[in-house]
Amino acid sequence: MFKILKYTFADLIRSRWSYVYLGFYLLLGFVLLFLNNDLSKAIITLMNVIVVLTPMIGTIFGIMYFYSAREFTELLLAQPIKRSHIFLGQYLGIALSLAFSLVIGLGIPFLVYGVAQSAEIWDFGLLLVVGAFLTFIFVALSVNISLRNENKVKGFGYAILVWLFLAVIYDGLFLVSLVMFDDYPLDKFTLVASMFNPIDLSRILILLKLDISALLGYTGALFQSFFGSGLGMIVSLSTLLLWSLIPVGLLIRTARKRDF
Amino acid sequence: MRKFFFLGLILLSRFALMGNIIEVGPGNEFTSLDQAYHAAQPFDTLLLKAGTYPVISLELKKPITILSNQGAILDGESQSYILKVLSDDVYISGLTFINAGRSYTKDFAAIYVSRANRFTIVNNRILDPFFGVLMEKSHKGVISNNTITANRIREDDSGNGIHAWHSSDLLIQNNEISGLRDGVYLEFVENSVVLGNNSHNNIRYGLHFMFSNHDHYLNNTFRENGAGVAVMFSKFIEMKGNHFVQNWGTASYGLLLKEIYDAEVENNIFEENTVGIFLEGSTRINYTGNEFVQNGWAIKVSGGCYTNIFSRNNFISNSFDVSYNSKMNDNLFEGNYWSSYSGYDLDKDKVGDVPYRPVKLFSYVVNKTPETIILLRSFFVDLINFSERVSPVFTPDNLVDNAPAMKRFSND
Repeated sequence: MFKILKYTFADLIRSRWSYVYLGFYLLLGFVLLFLNNDLSKAIITLMNVIVVLTPMIGTIFGIMYFYSAREFTELLLAQPIKRSHIFLGQYLGIALSLAFSLVIGLGIPFLVYGVAQSAEIWDFGLLLVVGAFLTFIFVALSVNISLRNENKVKGFGYAILVWLFLAVIYDGLFLVSLVMFDDYPLDKFTLVASMFNPIDLSRILILLKLDISALLGYTGALFQSFFGSGLGMIVSLSTLLLWSLIPVGLLIRTARKRDF
Repeated sequence: MRKFFFLGLILLSRFALMGNIIEVGPGNEFTSLDQAYHAAQPFDTLLLKAGTYPVISLELKKPITILSNQGAILDGESQSYILKVLSDDVYISGLTFINAGRSYTKDFAAIYVSRANRFTIVNNRILDPFFGVLMEKSHKGVISNNTITANRIREDDSGNGIHAWHSSDLLIQNNEISGLRDGVYLEFVENSVVLGNNSHNNIRYGLHFMFSNHDHYLNNTFRENGAGVAVMFSKFIEMKGNHFVQNWGTASYGLLLKEIYDAEVENNIFEENTVGIFLEGSTRINYTGNEFVQNGWAIKVSGGCYTNIFSRNNFISNSFDVSYNSKMNDNLFEGNYWSSYSGYDLDKDKVGDVPYRPVKLFSYVVNKTPETIILLRSFFVDLINFSERVSPVFTPDNLVDNAPAMKRFSND
């Protein structure tokens, strides 16, 4: 498995797109810090970018790589290697290389501007952890889709749809249902509903660190008492973990049965 | 200026009228404050040596000065008032008050001032009192450089740090007040100045005004109070250079204005409060040169607010800049700096060419359904905010800043 991981990783690390991705984050980090010169403000802007962009890049990268490496996969399948190892190795290769680009691309500019000495180091760390989680989750989802769909165009469409649903449409439905049912006690529903979307969950985790004064107002207090407590942090991080493990489990199951 | 002049007058009169000095304490003729007071002539000075003096509800009925430069402690033995100032020209300085009484029916205070004029209370420490300094129908007093601390948890078993009722011409300066119900509470108080105090961690308000007109509060700091500063039912109040920090909580405001008319709010800093300023029924108020940084809501406008003018303020990284609960607007926002303004300035006059709409659709939604706050900063919310900005439907359509500044004002 590690050999395949290594090959995929090396393959991606050498590819042009990884550099573009890395370069994008480097540029973004430097430009943001240059314009703001204020770490906490840059982190807020960055949150918006990360929460929307990392899932999208993860989805597109995952699905593109899997379709283009199909022949290599078929070749590997002819060898005496365990199936789950092949796919897991490839999946981890993609996800790790993307996460590396993210962490290095954002880490360098922020380190240069002295995040390590500032109070924002924890917020920034959380941001990177959340970004990495989102990468792992969405690569897993897209790999699943590409395994189940022979047709490239169809697979691509589905992947984009999943991203669009979780990034935009879900929140829309969520908002509408909250406004429609505002005569009922909604706090529990809200907590549960936000667990079902990894993008929302990551956004809230970062928000609680940054927009804390707004969230402390009104019903926000309930969210604060849940997410702000150690328990809430553990629950939401493990939900994120679950979100990345379940698609991987599905992936292994599909890979075992799939006929090439 | 009048206040300072008047403070000078007090000091002058003190030197002119200085009587004898009576030393009190171990090894002197008088060992208790009670005896010394009764033996003293009006305008005498009682100089307390170091030590603990039991004092229970000592009534000061003649002009007198009680001083200690050795940190004498007055112990109320948890019974009643400690000192009752019932005469004009009383001067109390350098004392530490402990164990004042606590009651659910009487307003026990460490220092109680009633129907007295020209009193001065400076450099004292008051530890865990019910009320710290309680004034009734008293005028021309100075309360400065005192420290009043307590550790109360519930509103109903705690009093206020400095409480004035039906008084006037007070100067409350450089006091540090923490852990009480209200830091400073003024009710029916006229022509008074609250200057440079540090009021923090109080259960209810850092400063509380009721029915008090023509007052000024300047350069105070209010930090982590239950609800910051509340100014209610008052006219002609001047609020300048104050610092409102981290007043957090479900009903927490930096500054709560209710039924206020003709006030000035200038050069204050509102930092990390749940709500920077909450306005209700407040009219003809000018907000100039204030700084709103990282508040949940910088300004929250409730019903019945007319002719408020906001100009030259900085709105930096607030989750919501302005929130309205209706479509009506009679207030003017002009020439402020908004950090979330995304317009341009082609003619280089340092004023944005595109008007700014400070009220977002999402703030309207959150007003209606508070739980939706969980969607703050999500992509979808940005989307609906954008579409509302292009064509306002739910938010007041005349609420625009027509001259948003391109550069942050330096209000220092």
